[in-house]
Amino acid sequence: MPAWTCARISRRPVTVPAVRRLQLIGKPLLFVAATAPLAWLAWRTAGHAGGLGANPVETLQDELGTWALRLLLATLAITPLRRLLGWNRLAQFRRMLGLFAFGYAALHFLNYLWLDQFFDLAAIVEDITERPFITVGFAALLSMLPLALTSTNGWRRRLGRRWQQLHRLVYPVAILACWHFWWQVKKDVTEPLVYAAILALLLGARLWRRPAARATS
Amino acid sequence: MLIGKQSDIRPAEITPESVYRQRRRFLQQAGFATGGLLLASGCTADEDELELRRLAVSRGSPFSTDEEPNAFEDIISYNNFYEFGLGKRDPARLSGKFHPRPWTVTVDGEAERTGTFDLDDFIRGQPIEERVYRLRCVEAWSMVVPWNGIPLAALLKPFKPTSRAKYVAFETVMRPEEMPGQRRGLLDFPYVEGLTIAEAMHPLTILALGIYGVELPNQNGAPLRLVVPWKYGFKSIKSIVRISFTEQQPPTTWSLAAPREYGFYANVNPEVDHPRWSQARERRIGGGLFNEKIPTRMFNGYAEQVASLYAGMDLRKNF
Repeated sequence: MPAWTCARISRRPVTVPAVRRLQLIGKPLLFVAATAPLAWLAWRTAGHAGGLGANPVETLQDELGTWALRLLLATLAITPLRRLLGWNRLAQFRRMLGLFAFGYAALHFLNYLWLDQFFDLAAIVEDITERPFITVGFAALLSMLPLALTSTNGWRRRLGRRWQQLHRLVYPVAILACWHFWWQVKKDVTEPLVYAAILALLLGARLWRRPAARATS
Repeated sequence: MLIGKQSDIRPAEITPESVYRQRRRFLQQAGFATGGLLLASGCTADEDELELRRLAVSRGSPFSTDEEPNAFEDIISYNNFYEFGLGKRDPARLSGKFHPRPWTVTVDGEAERTGTFDLDDFIRGQPIEERVYRLRCVEAWSMVVPWNGIPLAALLKPFKPTSRAKYVAFETVMRPEEMPGQRRGLLDFPYVEGLTIAEAMHPLTILALGIYGVELPNQNGAPLRLVVPWKYGFKSIKSIVRISFTEQQPPTTWSLAAPREYGFYANVNPEVDHPRWSQARERRIGGGLFNEKIPTRMFNGYAEQVASLYAGMDLRKNF
């Protein structure tokens, strides 16, 4: 799969103003959209719009985790959508979406460390080592870290082909994230099932496209 | 009337007044309120307004904790009641169509007297006491709730359970048309629970009819629910329609749904973890963002009263 840099896209027969317009408007729009859930949580934390409810720490934990998962799936939806719609310019939004997914996941973990556990190291280590759903979630977050760190153009150049290989980690990360959610619920797995089904669809789309992609390249 | 002499009012006795203010604010936030209706008379005017009748309650039970009770608003907005939905806010949001009156309770099984009784007849002549109890959920959060109820033993003894009555089984009402969670089949309904006869007859065990001096809101298990303060919250079955004396240990909903995670006894025990999370500490609801968890106590702090019920029992096996 080629790296969809802007330079490559601009060689295609797309009118330059359209690309510029998308860059000028699209990315800021996406930034605002991806920040909105966090801003909404902050607004509720400040006591507006009904607040965070009787158990604010739990509300933050659930909301931050859910948004991390949603953004992760949105990141993974870029490539299938791009192929489906033939709209290659979508690729330029992938990095920002991925970084936002990591950001929400990191805040989800920070909330756990701080407001849930108050940095009680013994309890945290016990959770991560003895509670499978926390182990799985922690593994997902750890695996996202190198992806976030090497997301810059510089790292991408430096790593070359290996960048691509490294960033395939996003697939196990998404599986772990869904698994983490699945194991966390008490009884009804409908909601985790919806996310797992979307992930299966997104991963399946890649497998399904592969022979065709080979044939044309 | 609830409030005694001006001079010796305890904080818990003042609360019923603020209950109404909080309730009004709660409804306004939820977008239901239509004005000052809730301060009107204290009698049910409109079911949709969730107005709650006051109860005549006697206070000062030696079984009450002097810990600060949770706010009425927290108690009625953060509930596990899967008959209405999975979310903590679902019971408050989705229980508006539930009709807790008229209500009957069936008593059957190993007892000399059995039958189906109107709720008012079932509780007739029994004084309603305030019992301020800690409530510890199996999900590792807790509250302090000023229940208004009647010791279960006082209600059951007149039925004269026979010597074969070793257990007491409870059943929640089955009304899918009023309970959206039952329509979705979120658990194997009707919800059932059980106690040993000794647990049922223990003076800490009550059937609650109200909180904070007003009758139970639907989301808290109206009109009649069990409260067993030394056990995880799911044992305290809500909206009870049947009480049966049995010889065999009765089935319980959560132990059927996940036998590895939930047992029959479900005593609060900081040393026996849930398979997926620690039970050593709990988050006390109402402390805002920056309240550290507190240590969970054996039998939820009621060891002195109930530990003898389990003498010689392996609590790791009988979780």
